Amino acid sequence: MRIGIVCPYSWDVPGGVQFHIRDLAEYFVRQGHEVSVLAPADDDTPLPPYVVSAGRAVPVPYNGSVARLNFGFLSAARVRRWLHDGAFDVIHIHEPASPSLGLLACWSASGPIVATFHTSNPRSRAMIAAYSILQAALEKISARIAVSEYARRTLVEHLGGDAVVIPNGVDVDFFAKAEPKPEWQGGTIGFIGRIDEPRKGLPVLMRALPRILAARPETRLLVAGRGDEEEAVASLPAELRSRVEFLGMVSDEEKARLLRSVDLYVAPNTGGESFGIILVEALSAGAPVLASDLDAFAQVLDQGAAGELFANEDADALAVAAVRLLGDPARREELRERGSAHVRRFDWSTVGADIMSVYETVTAGAAAVAADDRATGLRARLGLARD
Amino acid sequence: MTATLIWILVALVAIGLYLSWTAGRLDRLHARIDATRAALDAQLLRRASVAQELATAGVLDPAASIVLYEAAHEARQAEEEHREIAESELSQALRAVFAEAQQVEGVREARGGEEAVRELAEAVRRVPMARRFHNDAVRAARALRRHRKVRWFRLAGHAPFPMAFEMDDEAPAALVERV
Repeated sequence: MRIGIVCPYSWDVPGGVQFHIRDLAEYFVRQGHEVSVLAPADDDTPLPPYVVSAGRAVPVPYNGSVARLNFGFLSAARVRRWLHDGAFDVIHIHEPASPSLGLLACWSASGPIVATFHTSNPRSRAMIAAYSILQAALEKISARIAVSEYARRTLVEHLGGDAVVIPNGVDVDFFAKAEPKPEWQGGTIGFIGRIDEPRKGLPVLMRALPRILAARPETRLLVAGRGDEEEAVASLPAELRSRVEFLGMVSDEEKARLLRSVDLYVAPNTGGESFGIILVEALSAGAPVLASDLDAFAQVLDQGAAGELFANEDADALAVAAVRLLGDPARREELRERGSAHVRRFDWSTVGADIMSVYETVTAGAAAVAADDRATGLRARLGLARD
Repeated sequence: MTATLIWILVALVAIGLYLSWTAGRLDRLHARIDATRAALDAQLLRRASVAQELATAGVLDPAASIVLYEAAHEARQAEEEHREIAESELSQALRAVFAEAQQVEGVREARGGEEAVRELAEAVRRVPMARRFHNDAVRAARALRRHRKVRWFRLAGHAPFPMAFEMDDEAPAALVERV
């Protein structure tokens, strides 16, 4: 099958959606399909062979922050060109509602279109204003995928209609087979995420840390992620700061080894998560997980069966649960086992097959994707085209 | 005078273009409904065929075979207006027959059973998918057709008002369970 995938965000900036698309594309390539990914990228970025650059994304203030978007005449022309050259059986657009490549592709394509909605943002004013414009483009989508039940609910509330839920995929064995690192073992708690992004929840963990160290002084906290390290430990009493080790940005291999090594993985995120891929990665590596009870996290952790949950932003609850888990190897072992069994449904072999089922459902009996030629369409409607 | 006339003409052309564009949207939506409906029919038929095959293959006990055969047969033969009920009954029959994981295991162990179970599991997974896509298209078309501009100018032409396909499509847990 010839598959075209549209990535809305810059390929050179690491992010959840980009990684998802990379893994999905590589999965389909391994399965013997022809895949082309259209993504914004700087001209000098080295790209994998299956990625086609849609030009540089422009930083624009959008929705309360600066987003890097692609729009305008040139981008639209590139999208059309890609659609025309690709002759795809199906195109898969990620984040079609963001005013970037996704929306452009939706606008200018006809034929089987599959779309994945990743975020579960609260309804933005721009979205409401643009509703009628969006609707005309979005109603071309033949199949919608939401990455979690939570994302599906937001989608239904904002845009109406329905979607099937297919979670994000993880290469479970990559994490399950990683080699633990001895210096990261022995009473360690792991945290992975941006240090300076409060929604990732490091401040909550820092507030809980003194209580955890009071009960178990030999505990160490390993933090992987970029941000200002000085600032992160500023709230901690000076004598406790040595118990926190910063690893900086880690590679995928290092991340897997870290997750294999720690005794407890803590995800204290306070919001803004629509899926929680990091939890799936931790479960894959067999790390016992303690996470805040966000909707998306509770769902990934099977409502607490595959990992423990604590009340969001409650540092005391986090400390109590962490101390209990660190002192109870039997319970940790139980969580490891349940997590490893539960996480199989997030493996690419399952997720990729489900996405392929969606492709096959929408392409059954449909014509291939083409650039939607409005000029011809209009002439035809006015009776000027030869039929 | 001429200026006013030109402006009126421009406005009329603009309205005409807008209506034509809307008619195009509606046309595309109707095409999408037809395509998704065809896909749904294909998946339903596939599910019924696999169920009937299993029922006649002699890998199930006689009682289960009869229940499944009956339901699959009904689903394939149903008239359009009874289709939703017949397909729902097939879902119920499948859930009843494959309520336990042992039953699935039993079929798997039979000759060619692995293949049959895989096909059935795929079919019961794809029916809800196809139905969701179809009903999503129906909803989008309905939303547009209810709009004033479409009703006043009869942009929908003679196309029948789109109907959603409502049925019970819950899959048997033992079949879709993946561990």
